[in-house]
Amino acid sequence: MNAAGRRAPSLETAAAWLLALLWLSPLLYAFWAAFHPAEYATRLELLAPLSVDNFAKAWTYAPFPRHFLNTVMLVTMILAAQLVLCTLAGYAFARFEFAGRDIAFGLVLVQLLIMPEVLIVENYRIMSRLGLVDTLLGIGLPYMASAFGIFLLRQTFKTVPRELEDAARVEGCTFLGVLWRVYVPLARPTYLAYGLVSVSYHWNNFLWPLIVTNSIETRPLTVGLAIFGAPESGVDWGVISAGTLMAVSPLLVAFLLFQRQFMQSFMQAGIK
Amino acid sequence: MKHVYGWLLLTPAAILLVGFTHYPAAATLFDSLFSTGTGVRPSRFVGLANYAALTDDPIFWQVLGNNAWFALGTIPSSMAIAMLMAIWVNDRLPGRALARMAYFTPTVLPMIAVANLWLFFYTPQIGLLDQIGALFGAASHNWLGDPDTVLACTMVMVIWKEAGFFMIFYLAALQSLPPELEEAAKIEGASRWYFFRRVTFPLLMPTTLFVMVNATINSFKLVDHLFILTKGGPDNASSLLLYYIYQVAFSFFDTSYASTLTVVLLVLLASLAVVQFQLVERRVHYR
Amino acid sequence: MRPLLALLLAGLLAAAAPARADTELTFYYPIAVGGPLTKVIDGLARDFEKEHPGIKVNPIYAGNYDDARIKALAALKAGQPAQISVLYSIDLYELLEQGVILPWDDVATAADEKAWLKAFYPSLMMNGIYKGKVYGIPFQRSTIVMYWNKDAFKEAGLDPDKAPANWNEMAQMAAKLVKKDARGNVQRWGVMVPSTGYPYWMFQAFARQNGHDLMNPEGNRTNYGHPDVIAALQYWRDLGAKHKVMPQGTVEWGTLRQEFTEGKTAMMWHTTGNLTAVKNTAKFPFGVAMLPASKQRGSPTGGGNFYLFKKTTPEERKASLAFVKWMTTPERAADWSIATGYVAVRPEAYETPKLKEYAAGFPQAVVARDQFKYATAELATFQTGRVRKLLDDAIQAALTGQKTPAAALKAAQGEAERLLKPYR
Repeated sequence: MNAAGRRAPSLETAAAWLLALLWLSPLLYAFWAAFHPAEYATRLELLAPLSVDNFAKAWTYAPFPRHFLNTVMLVTMILAAQLVLCTLAGYAFARFEFAGRDIAFGLVLVQLLIMPEVLIVENYRIMSRLGLVDTLLGIGLPYMASAFGIFLLRQTFKTVPRELEDAARVEGCTFLGVLWRVYVPLARPTYLAYGLVSVSYHWNNFLWPLIVTNSIETRPLTVGLAIFGAPESGVDWGVISAGTLMAVSPLLVAFLLFQRQFMQSFMQAGIK
Repeated sequence: MKHVYGWLLLTPAAILLVGFTHYPAAATLFDSLFSTGTGVRPSRFVGLANYAALTDDPIFWQVLGNNAWFALGTIPSSMAIAMLMAIWVNDRLPGRALARMAYFTPTVLPMIAVANLWLFFYTPQIGLLDQIGALFGAASHNWLGDPDTVLACTMVMVIWKEAGFFMIFYLAALQSLPPELEEAAKIEGASRWYFFRRVTFPLLMPTTLFVMVNATINSFKLVDHLFILTKGGPDNASSLLLYYIYQVAFSFFDTSYASTLTVVLLVLLASLAVVQFQLVERRVHYR
Repeated sequence: MRPLLALLLAGLLAAAAPARADTELTFYYPIAVGGPLTKVIDGLARDFEKEHPGIKVNPIYAGNYDDARIKALAALKAGQPAQISVLYSIDLYELLEQGVILPWDDVATAADEKAWLKAFYPSLMMNGIYKGKVYGIPFQRSTIVMYWNKDAFKEAGLDPDKAPANWNEMAQMAAKLVKKDARGNVQRWGVMVPSTGYPYWMFQAFARQNGHDLMNPEGNRTNYGHPDVIAALQYWRDLGAKHKVMPQGTVEWGTLRQEFTEGKTAMMWHTTGNLTAVKNTAKFPFGVAMLPASKQRGSPTGGGNFYLFKKTTPEERKASLAFVKWMTTPERAADWSIATGYVAVRPEAYETPKLKEYAAGFPQAVVARDQFKYATAELATFQTGRVRKLLDDAIQAALTGQKTPAAALKAAQGEAERLLKPYR
């Protein structure tokens, strides 16, 4: 940390600000196009009239509320399952000695590189056989056992001092009891961090949901946005921008309100 | 007793992992040795015929080349920009909270939304890039319709999306550097650049490696934008391996060939794993 | 004694229970143009049910054409009900190869039903006929038309009510319509033809105008390498490279309409599906014309047909026939055309008072119909996805100058031959 509090030279400041402005420009443009009538989408005249027509139109073109609901359900379902499964597995790897543990852990880590997205052909076939095509469960199942989550929790659990576990044992706790009473509460920061990372990732996931779903009742926001953004009759900038903004606003607003937490989570996850 | 317990705890996760990672990977390999079955012609064993077809497929080589360029174009640049961003945000820059937010915002947007926004940037004549260019007298350019520029355009967009994400990791690493180092350097009169080159950069090596692996995986995984921007065109100039796999499997219904292509992708990713493992073992400088 | 009594009672009850009254039809349909058309379809289904008690219709909106096909096929595989569906007209060969569809001739056996099969525009039937049998009934169909900016024509000294009638005129008029600014940068192009999205569709028009179709009716041979076809691609390329009336490189399908309404091009080739959108957003008077001729006029058709699935009971088949016949009566075809911008699928629809009145107020709406006699089927063969992509890539390669039209098309033809040979 720069304890000295030295001010950076102003040329650098200007450069940093310029980059920030550049970085924000696509989003700024989207706001511009969404809030102005169609003719002004390509003309950046400052005194152009504002309108919310685009939002009204976008609202009828794609069922955003339904997509939003689907996404919320999907993300919640995945996170809940991940929390349970990864806790159990992380606990197993951290505190139990069993035959083949290291090999098993290696196999788990394979998923960090070979994600479900890469195996779309085969996974689709599996879902088809399980009858889970076009269901939320079908989207979420491949992700529920998250190698990243297992890895994070294993690291976290390993740092818990054994004395706490022993103390709980003395009081007569079972293994699961120890997990619940001792390990889980101490891993709360990790859970929070992981939760934010997982929610962000699955909120924005596209390829696998696209393949598995084909109806409004199951499609999440990203897929809805893609279909909305590429119709056969051509695009209308104002409407596309409005629709895009509507689709990204929940996560964007959450991010703006909880910036610090978001970034801390990603940082924490990265350090491990 | 503990053995059983350990495995028991692992079982639910294990079932899903094996079911959706290990088994499909093996099945994909198996599948690539057969031909695609249709309603009227069942699938049959063809050995390495699919792989022979692969080597003869010009689109496959194009797509592989594109992936290579894509990786080369996005990874170093996004890492460098991320490092720069992290350093700027870490310093007591006025307005740094705003800058930090600006840099990180693209990360919370889905790639589809990003593509929607950038499509307008790249539209010829009425698009933003050409409009700004017109202010300076430049002619309009068909950014996404010109095979020479389209890949570069997608790269710029991806760098925009990813740099902020990598910035976070560098930021975390920078903040964990002991401040005494910098004070010592100041006392000795070292310039900022010297300090960066000799101290900061080497200490950031673990992060750099981590980011590099992440970026490389992403470069294989990130194909969402193609659905909106170019669908792989013009003439496969912007297509990537995973997108080609999608086309073969879900537009051409040729699942065996798609499996064959997937095997290539898996081999590439697996080699990455090996390389990463070795690099991490050898070159990282831990305190 | 007791169990036997119970069994007898159960048997009596079962016999006395009312027989299953309704035949239920489930059909998947896609929507490729914007708008609240699901409501229209639902309304039509309800109206049909009122007139036909005993049949329940369950329309399922399935997204775009790809989605609809995937959903329908998946449902059939999973044993879920699906009796009919509106699917892409060019999905015919894939559906045949999967062995899931039934020709309508097998159920349309009565005299009036046979007459109904012949009531549609012949060019719309082309994509639905295989080996003499009708598999696809036209429902939501489109063709390509040329839109032109009348103000731009006036500005360039051209007659604003006359569109180019042939290739030479188009190139010449387009040259006059190109507007450049002081620095020599093009402000407005003469004509734009999209080459992303569905390049093969646009190219079919060029080829047809030059006298040649791109595939045979059996779906097992393509003609990409024919000299007339190569010449057609050469003309398309020349528009950009030689006459400089069109941008070089590929022209984006999605943004073309906006570029036209923004005045960045004086003429554009696009689907009739855009008619309503252009009408609502163009701030200038515009015309719609048939595509210009070379040796003849021509345009491919596009859109979706009704297909009947094999996995259906005789009652379901009869009900399906009743439903599809009902959906394609002249009045309903007219309504559907006005609501969506798709062309009305049978000549009688254009004779209905509603459509006549609409056409009187908006004559652009009937240009597509007039073009039908020159229309040809959309590109469809076995292995259609691959065969089409070969052509798409060849077109884009030629337009971006990566390959000459001859080289690109000959290479594509070679590959297509390899794919289609097993089907002969």
